[in-house]
Amino acid sequence: MNWNYVVRRVLMMIPVLIGVSILGFSMMQLAPGGFTALYTLNPNTSAEDIERIKRAWGLDRPMHVQYLTWARRMLTGDWGNSFRGGANVRDLIVERIPATVQLMGTALAIAIILGFVIGALGAYRQYSIFDYLATTGALIALSIPTFWFGLMVIYIFAERLGWIPSGGSESLRAGETGFLDRLHHLVAPALVLALVLTAQWSRYFRSAFLEVIHQDYIRTAHAKGLPSGLVLRRHALRNALLPLIALAGMQLPVLFGGALVTESVFGWAGMGRLFLDALTFRDFPVVMAMLMVTSFLVILGNLIADIALSIIDPRIRFN
Amino acid sequence: MAEVEARTNTLGRMIAPTEAYPGLMRQILRRFMRHRLAVAGAIIIIVQFLAAIFAPVLATHDPLQVNPIERFKPPLSEGHLLGTDELGRDVLSRLLYAGRVSLTVGFAAMFVTIVLGSLIGVVSAYYGGWVDTVLMRITDIFLSFPTIYLLLVLASFVRPSVISIMLIIGATAWMEVARIVRSQFLTLKTLDFVTAARALGASDGRIMLRELLPNGMAPIIVAATLNVATAILAESYISFLGAGIQPPNASWGGMLNNAQDFFSRAPWLAIIPGVAITLSVLSFNFVGDGLRDALDPRQRIR
Repeated sequence: MNWNYVVRRVLMMIPVLIGVSILGFSMMQLAPGGFTALYTLNPNTSAEDIERIKRAWGLDRPMHVQYLTWARRMLTGDWGNSFRGGANVRDLIVERIPATVQLMGTALAIAIILGFVIGALGAYRQYSIFDYLATTGALIALSIPTFWFGLMVIYIFAERLGWIPSGGSESLRAGETGFLDRLHHLVAPALVLALVLTAQWSRYFRSAFLEVIHQDYIRTAHAKGLPSGLVLRRHALRNALLPLIALAGMQLPVLFGGALVTESVFGWAGMGRLFLDALTFRDFPVVMAMLMVTSFLVILGNLIADIALSIIDPRIRFN
Repeated sequence: MAEVEARTNTLGRMIAPTEAYPGLMRQILRRFMRHRLAVAGAIIIIVQFLAAIFAPVLATHDPLQVNPIERFKPPLSEGHLLGTDELGRDVLSRLLYAGRVSLTVGFAAMFVTIVLGSLIGVVSAYYGGWVDTVLMRITDIFLSFPTIYLLLVLASFVRPSVISIMLIIGATAWMEVARIVRSQFLTLKTLDFVTAARALGASDGRIMLRELLPNGMAPIIVAATLNVATAILAESYISFLGAGIQPPNASWGGMLNNAQDFFSRAPWLAIIPGVAITLSVLSFNFVGDGLRDALDPRQRIR
């Protein structure tokens, strides 16, 4: 591994992170009525009260001072309290992480496995009917709005067939909860979220395999009489692992976006739902923190992807 | 035949397609027509556009006319080809008018995306140095947010209208175009005809607009087509989540906004607008794919 590259790549994160925080902070200033909208729109709050609140929160100070104070607090882990109920914002977010990770992880696993099978079959039988259907199917999958696909799945499998619950992450009645119950609730949203991802992974695996099977070292392996399965495992797959990590890292924005929509349709109590509710109720500390957390994770994902790619291909250098 | 192909292969990059070879347009069209799904997509897009333009003529009812007696009429019932919704409004008429919103936003947002992305890409590639560094870091910053988060924050902070939604989608989608244009132009600007233009005393602006842009058009056209698809999808997401065009007006996504509540009574309310969105997005994706093959002769055609 080229440590020089890694260090420089990590340092490059810093200006981007600062930019992200400035952009996020500025967007919050766009909010109608500003941060105190909750109070200014309430007829029972007097002008003096609002002045007092603004002073208490430091909203009367110049913008750059406000930004720096806010940024320092974010960095020290003090993310403020929710406008709704006053709960600690960090606790609120941390509480939602497992549900979202569960959903995204399951969907990603399904997508990688399905995408691998579809992509590999498509590549080995290039231009066959299967390949044609798979590539066209991938494009169709990318064109279906995730929320609508979710609605259709709920309609067919919950409403009509009654195979799955129509929403939520576990049963409310005692005695029905447990691992199997959670799994039962997880199947549909995970499959819905996996649709778009599967399309992307099958495209990736198809082109990756097409590239690999025409390489000299694969032909050599075949020529020296190794069985096809062994060639696939030893030679082709080994070289596909790092790009897999890279692609998963780069897929984070899509994954977060898809998870938000899926959580909304299936009533899955994850981070996406938290963000949507916070937006509806103008709960700015939560909105702000969520923006920072997700973009930080996206940046981290890109970093991991780039490092993985630089290990695969040492020709990649900082420029 | 082979000779013609060879000429465009070597020279296609160096001469603005439309001026240079009158036959090139025909070739592009022929290659495009070979892509059957792309042709089907183009036909669907044309039909959807005609339907949107002639919505006032085609609509059998006023799309906003509430009619409590006619609520939840299933499709194919008398007078309502696609049925009615929870307020007794005619679904077909609403679909036609909603198509106007969705397609307008899709196209307008694509336009914003392309102009913004091309501008940043061209300037970045042409000047290089710190200009390039700053612009590319800004691109990175915008790419660091999951798009839907950015879209929702912006959409819920400004008063939603066709113009504001189109600007918001454009403002969150230009990054990929900027990167495509930049890398395309980095290659182009080293070619001889640019040096020749500079030697003839052409200004920076002229080189960028008259020399680089026409020659780098192909990937921009493809990106633009695929972008309409993304923009229509993006609009449907924000409208579905309630931050888009406000009722009683609706886009296709907006029509799905509360469809989930009426699943058992009126599943068609959830099905029909989704089909319209999917068809439209899929068509633009197919056409984009077809254009990519048609405009770049070096790529193998299936």
